[in-house]
Amino acid sequence: MQWETVIGLEIHVQLATQSKIFSGASTAYGAEPNTQACAVDLGLPGVLPVLNKEAVKMAAMFGFAVDATVAERSVFARKNYFYPDSPKGYQISQFELPIVEHGKLEIVLNNGECKTIGITRAHLEEDAGKSLHEEFPDSTGIDLNRCGTPLIEIVSEPDMRSAEEAVAYMKKIHSIVRYLGISDGNMQEGSFRCDANVSMRPKGQKEFGTRTETKNLNSFRFVERAINHEIERQIDVLEDGGEVVQETRLYDANKDETRSMRSKEEANDYRYFPDPDLLPVVINSEELEAIKKELPELPAAKNARFKQSYELNDYDAENLVMDKDTADYFENIVNVGNVKAKLAANWVLGELTAALNQHDIEIMNSPVSAKMMSELLIRIEDNTLSNKIAKEVFHAMWAGEGSVDEIIEAKGLKQITDSSEIEALVDQVIADNPEQVEQYKSGKDKVFGFFVGQVMKLSKGKANPQQVNELLKAKLQ
Amino acid sequence: MSITPEEVLKIANLARLQIKPDEVEQYAKDLSNIIHLVEQMNAVDTKDIQPMAHPLDATQRLREDEVKEENQREKFQTIAPAAEQGLYLVPKVIE
Repeated sequence: MQWETVIGLEIHVQLATQSKIFSGASTAYGAEPNTQACAVDLGLPGVLPVLNKEAVKMAAMFGFAVDATVAERSVFARKNYFYPDSPKGYQISQFELPIVEHGKLEIVLNNGECKTIGITRAHLEEDAGKSLHEEFPDSTGIDLNRCGTPLIEIVSEPDMRSAEEAVAYMKKIHSIVRYLGISDGNMQEGSFRCDANVSMRPKGQKEFGTRTETKNLNSFRFVERAINHEIERQIDVLEDGGEVVQETRLYDANKDETRSMRSKEEANDYRYFPDPDLLPVVINSEELEAIKKELPELPAAKNARFKQSYELNDYDAENLVMDKDTADYFENIVNVGNVKAKLAANWVLGELTAALNQHDIEIMNSPVSAKMMSELLIRIEDNTLSNKIAKEVFHAMWAGEGSVDEIIEAKGLKQITDSSEIEALVDQVIADNPEQVEQYKSGKDKVFGFFVGQVMKLSKGKANPQQVNELLKAKLQ
Repeated sequence: MSITPEEVLKIANLARLQIKPDEVEQYAKDLSNIIHLVEQMNAVDTKDIQPMAHPLDATQRLREDEVKEENQREKFQTIAPAAEQGLYLVPKVIE
């Protein structure tokens, strides 16, 4: 049977506020356990949550960025469940009246195809603490620093049909929250995490199959792998004549498999009700307009502008704008150094991205700054360096050996553009290889490449390739 | 609509309430009566009325995003049943 996969994602994004959503405790990551958990976060008797203005604003910004309706009136509700990392016995969330509803987002797939994914809703809620199971033999240690950190939970429509689409959607959401500056998006630290709802149905069938929810996927790679695993597992179950059980599953990155989390099954009855500690949140239309006006340029607009003002192709534009810091780096090179946009795009997406990935460094911490990169590319444009030698200089700069000109000087890498010097090299190569000259003259054009290679080798890669080509052609006539 | 004894047990379990077996019938009856009272309100036409989220006719006051709390861990942990290495300890929770 032909199966169709149906995927919906729930993405939890920690908002980049200074203080908690309902208390004045700090949200900074990595503090000593429980030093940032105040009486409100601990759920001590007699405390009252007071809503953080900035968290509301950030949620509204997200809503506008995905063409959603931002509610003038939204309501907080209690989601009731017992778990030690949630000391109140409930999580303050939004249920019937979330702040953001009915959004949409366009994703671009690897084959260049575009697809629109619906966003059902995004609501404000508080994060839970952390349970540490390994530290003590007979107890679980609880760190409540993360308790009350503001989150938006972004719920998609079941519009995705493959792991690739799910990852593209997740990357786009990540890109948008980074552009808006409403989250640091740090997945290792848990600021951006995803639950995947996956179900299968026979191709052509309208009704959805039974879905499972795989929890806490904190990297793009894990999302892709966990979904593909779940697809295979469900198809196996269905083709053996079995039925998929609706359940919560956990992805184990070490074993690369998903497994059932039976402990949470019975808890799926949250008995939501409006939180009597909090009044309805009202944002008037002028305030909403003001927030809308403050929105920065978003990836889609930047993409269009890059294609228009820098004459970049779809691929370059899409990859440059995906990450805001990468886009800024690119624009710095082009505008400060007045470097050709295509050359800058090639270097940012090629050599620089490869080096950053290899060393696992964020672009804003790149040892080769945008200014250094523009100086390097200027030396390619003025023919001081060939593209190949420029790569050598790039890696020397990366290793901290100095500025472009210092490295060129120290290593004697200046490109040879003096035509009499190149002519001497060309003459020598022709004189040394009479056999190949014969072959070329008898019509074997392919030998031409051999001559170019020999001249470049003799010049230690420093001869200007264009001049070498021209001179060789003239001499071999 | 009535609440059955099975539903009483389920709700009690979800709310982590311990109730005696001989009290289940009475709870079922009492809760059913409350539901019946609420059901009477269904007779009222509320088509154009916005549901109330709070008995006060007021809206939520917002706080500036500022860190105002200081670390009071030592104080809080003196009233915790168990704490070690800065962590609150609870009976082992196995996933």
